[in-house]
Amino acid sequence: MATMTMLEAIQDALRLEMARDERVMIIGQDVGRLGGVFRATDGLLDEFGEDRVVDMPLAEAVIAGAALGLAVSGMVPVAEMQFLGFSHQAFHQIGPHIARMRYRSQGRFSVPLTIRAPFGGLVRTPEHHCDALEAQFAQFPGLKIVMPATARDAKGLLLASIRDPDPVLFCEPLRGYRLIKDEVPAGDYTVPLGKARVAREGDDVTIIAWSAMVQTAERAAEQLAEDGLSAHILDLRSLVPLDVAAIVNAVERTGRVLVAHEAPLTSGFGAEVVATINDEAFYALEAPVRRVTAPDTPYPLAGIEDYYVPDAARIAAAARDLIRMVP
Amino acid sequence: MAFAHEQFQPEMGSVDPYSVLGEDGILRSGTTTQMRPDQIVDSLRLMLLTRVFDEKAFRLQRQGRFGTFSQVTGQEAAIAGSAAALDPGRDWVVPQYRELPALLRQGYPLANFMLYFMGNPKGGAIPPGVNCFPLNIALASQVPHAVGLAWGLKRQGSDGVVAVYFGDGASSEGDVHEAMNLAGVIRAPVVFFLSNNGWAISTPRARQSAARSLAVRAVGYGIPGVVVDGNDLLAVHDVTAAAVERCRAGEGPTVIEAVTYRVGPHNTADDQTRYVNEEERQRWVALDPIERVRRYLIGQQLWDAGLEAETAETNQKTVDDALEAALANGSTSADQLFQHLYADFPERVTQQRDAFARHES
Repeated sequence: MATMTMLEAIQDALRLEMARDERVMIIGQDVGRLGGVFRATDGLLDEFGEDRVVDMPLAEAVIAGAALGLAVSGMVPVAEMQFLGFSHQAFHQIGPHIARMRYRSQGRFSVPLTIRAPFGGLVRTPEHHCDALEAQFAQFPGLKIVMPATARDAKGLLLASIRDPDPVLFCEPLRGYRLIKDEVPAGDYTVPLGKARVAREGDDVTIIAWSAMVQTAERAAEQLAEDGLSAHILDLRSLVPLDVAAIVNAVERTGRVLVAHEAPLTSGFGAEVVATINDEAFYALEAPVRRVTAPDTPYPLAGIEDYYVPDAARIAAAARDLIRMVP
Repeated sequence: MAFAHEQFQPEMGSVDPYSVLGEDGILRSGTTTQMRPDQIVDSLRLMLLTRVFDEKAFRLQRQGRFGTFSQVTGQEAAIAGSAAALDPGRDWVVPQYRELPALLRQGYPLANFMLYFMGNPKGGAIPPGVNCFPLNIALASQVPHAVGLAWGLKRQGSDGVVAVYFGDGASSEGDVHEAMNLAGVIRAPVVFFLSNNGWAISTPRARQSAARSLAVRAVGYGIPGVVVDGNDLLAVHDVTAAAVERCRAGEGPTVIEAVTYRVGPHNTADDQTRYVNEEERQRWVALDPIERVRRYLIGQQLWDAGLEAETAETNQKTVDDALEAALANGSTSADQLFQHLYADFPERVTQQRDAFARHES
């Protein structure tokens, strides 16, 4: 099996699906000759032509809105938001329209659209690029939200997302594009949406995370291991659908749980995870569920972003506190 | 007819609407129409039908039997005339919410329109083979959809055209700008049909834009724009037919601004006496688009009192039957909250659905 970066795995999935299904189109800013600002679509213009790999005007609302129309017409668009941080320009298209067209038309029209959007910090981007907005989109019933943490999953989940009959917001971690590397099977395979993954087995504390924060949690687990503590890590893979059974299993495994994410604390998706644990696994808890998140402040300029995004040391410290708690 | 960019240069004179049919029901001198007699008769019947519906539905709303809705009264020629230029078998209508004549011509059932405004989601159902989008209350967001739809049809080798409807108020939204701009770049086969009825609820046209016309914006997107008398069925048809022809020839989109007037309230919840100048309104009431066509057809000996009476009877029955069908199909259940949300439902949503079902039973 070949080792690939997450970016290579995403590119592999796009190429494979473009070749397999001629209805698939890629639209977005700079996706053509440049191959995307991160090169996720590198080479696809030459391979599949400018009718299928389309540089769009710099206008997120019409990238999303036209993608809806393309999907209803019978195409299978993969639209790229150059950065999730700019997706508010398309927010009104994604939530009230893309996510709801099947529902509003009573099943007549489906929107098999995948919106790819890089997000997340620590790569020294200018302002407004890297906000972790996933929880905002989780308030749009009808929209699935997929957040891979490994290269293998990125490929399999992206193929599953493109083939899904409903719209998917596929969030890609900016700092994981090249830093996340693992073994990726050749050829066609899918990873089903809504099935979480145990990233690491452990018995003392459970860390629930998604996207690049899984890798941060793994580094925290290494630090904890130096103290003889073992962390169990659950990678949610998708927020919608949410794998509640896997969350319950992960809670029952240790009884001590923390949720880590890059978005601010208040109303972050961690709050939903904590509430779900409260509903489904309360009596398995031996300590209150903790959250390790960004503070309730805006994503800052790059010079101070290291303070903002939770790091392994913060997660490990919170885990140690949890393990020490006596009921 | 010519699409003259020049007419929109601010320094170059007129933005007088293109018009064929005089207010007296006689073709203006030197003009002709491409609209066939049978199309004109069909359009008159359609306009009369939606007028009957508007009056009936307004009464039902006042009786508490129908929801808040917006009448097309006074704007029928703009909507019916443009729709008459489409082929429902291959062309699409992407509506806002005041385009009942176009929706009916495409084949959307009147009973569904009624169900929608009675608050029943069943009304959103577009029967298979009917080429229109659901009603869209969130103004202007349908315009990008239309461009994508047109693009997709073209990509798949169809010669279908998409007509998207919106108003002078909606034209201030960014989505309209983004959509027209993209349509120009990709030469999407789309007709941007802007019904300028003078009002966005209470905000007059002059507060939407300082531009002399709203169609003038087309120039900025490298596409043609035209201003047409929206109360002239024949002129609206002819400019739309020309725009459709351009689309089919692969020449891309056109902006049509139909100048008309909302002679009624914005919707059944509105009180236009608070802001409308009654003299101005009466001037437009006198320009009734239906009366103009009726006079024309009578002059052509294509219409008479007998046809009028027969049509009135048929239309009344159509509306009554639709109301009956809507009421017969009007049952509701909590399960409708969930229906058609996903192809494959997330488990946590099916659990909520089951809990609602248990609570209901």
